[in-house]
Amino acid sequence: MTIFTRGFSGRGRDNNPDLPPGQYLTEDFPVLSAGPTPEIATEDWQFTISTETKRYSWTWEQFMALPIEEVGTDIHCVTRWSKLGTSWRGVSLDTLFADVDTSYEFTMAHSYGGYTTNVPLEDLLDGKAWIAFEFDGEPLHPEHGGPARLLVPHLYFWKSAKWVRGLEMLPQDEPGFWEQNGYHMYGDPWQEERYW
Amino acid sequence: MGTVESTSTLTPSGRSITVSLPGWPGNIAGQHVDVRLTAPDGYQAVRSYSIASVGPAELVELAVDKLPTGEVSPYLVDDVQPGDMLELRGPLGGWFVWKPEQTGPVQLIAGGSGVVPLVSMVRSHTASGSDAPFRMLYSVRTPDDVFYREELAGSGVQVDYVYTRAVPAGWPTGPGRLTKDRLAASVFPVSETPAFFVCGPTAFVEAVATWLVELGYPAETIKTERFGG
Repeated sequence: MTIFTRGFSGRGRDNNPDLPPGQYLTEDFPVLSAGPTPEIATEDWQFTISTETKRYSWTWEQFMALPIEEVGTDIHCVTRWSKLGTSWRGVSLDTLFADVDTSYEFTMAHSYGGYTTNVPLEDLLDGKAWIAFEFDGEPLHPEHGGPARLLVPHLYFWKSAKWVRGLEMLPQDEPGFWEQNGYHMYGDPWQEERYW
Repeated sequence: MGTVESTSTLTPSGRSITVSLPGWPGNIAGQHVDVRLTAPDGYQAVRSYSIASVGPAELVELAVDKLPTGEVSPYLVDDVQPGDMLELRGPLGGWFVWKPEQTGPVQLIAGGSGVVPLVSMVRSHTASGSDAPFRMLYSVRTPDDVFYREELAGSGVQVDYVYTRAVPAGWPTGPGRLTKDRLAASVFPVSETPAFFVCGPTAFVEAVATWLVELGYPAETIKTERFGG
């Protein structure tokens, strides 16, 4: 049964088919973080993928020598804002996983500052995810996850871990930081998978 | 689904709304709810609001500041009346929370209406008879914009105000934004290892959290919640 709200007509209707249910458009780039913004110098930065047998790692210099892709995409935050047509540059996870050998199907993204979030491996491959270091033609600002963040735009944006430093392969799905604190394990915006 | 029990004007742009919610499981201090409004044609808008109340009661108090360009907050501040039905979902959030079993010192830092979840922590502190030392730093535009001033004054928690646009008569300094020095002078020292809860607009929270780290407080003791762009 739907209960209508007396006296409410709504004014911000975004009848846009690119907008998932329950989202509204923003022109800003709001921030969702749980603590202070870590400052990481690119000289100190490292990205690793650790599997059941091996650890693969890239320095900033090695990382910047990889093929770089331009990414145009919509992003959707669980706090209900969406931003359409954002532009990024980054390295595809397909590139990073090209020589990685693993039988595990789940990953935990780890960030500088201690943040974690879980993403199934298949959601990171086949052109669906990047490690992004530029937004709108500028180096990614620390507030938005610079020097580099995970970009998994088909899931709610908390999955796109800021200040990412590595991916840990896992044999089964485990909850990350927000997933332990009330957010959904998977987080598909089109299914409104916001909370437990 | 709840019924608006009462409303109360807090500031020129802010109002508290108490909703009767049968079956509400209660909430811990710092949690929020999603409020869903439905227009006659079925259009729905949902926003999250911090809960000012705490504990097991089936009366839930929200405190909302009106965003001029907002869609839900103007309705909640200007239009909603006792007897209206409101759809609430929650309680939500398990990170930015304080529980009475936490016995260490707590430093609350609010920017504007970011004070709401911190008020619920003060209420939880009072209701539980906690001995944990509490202190609050509250940055606000003008004296008229302070939420829950009298209640905070009577809580026993020391509240330091920073007025950014206008100060009360006789105030020792002129209006101005919080500075790093002022912050350092208004919070528990590093030696007391306080837990921080910082809530407010993004730029405010970003500045405060950065300064706290620079002042030597460990990053993992600083919990933040931000709103706006």
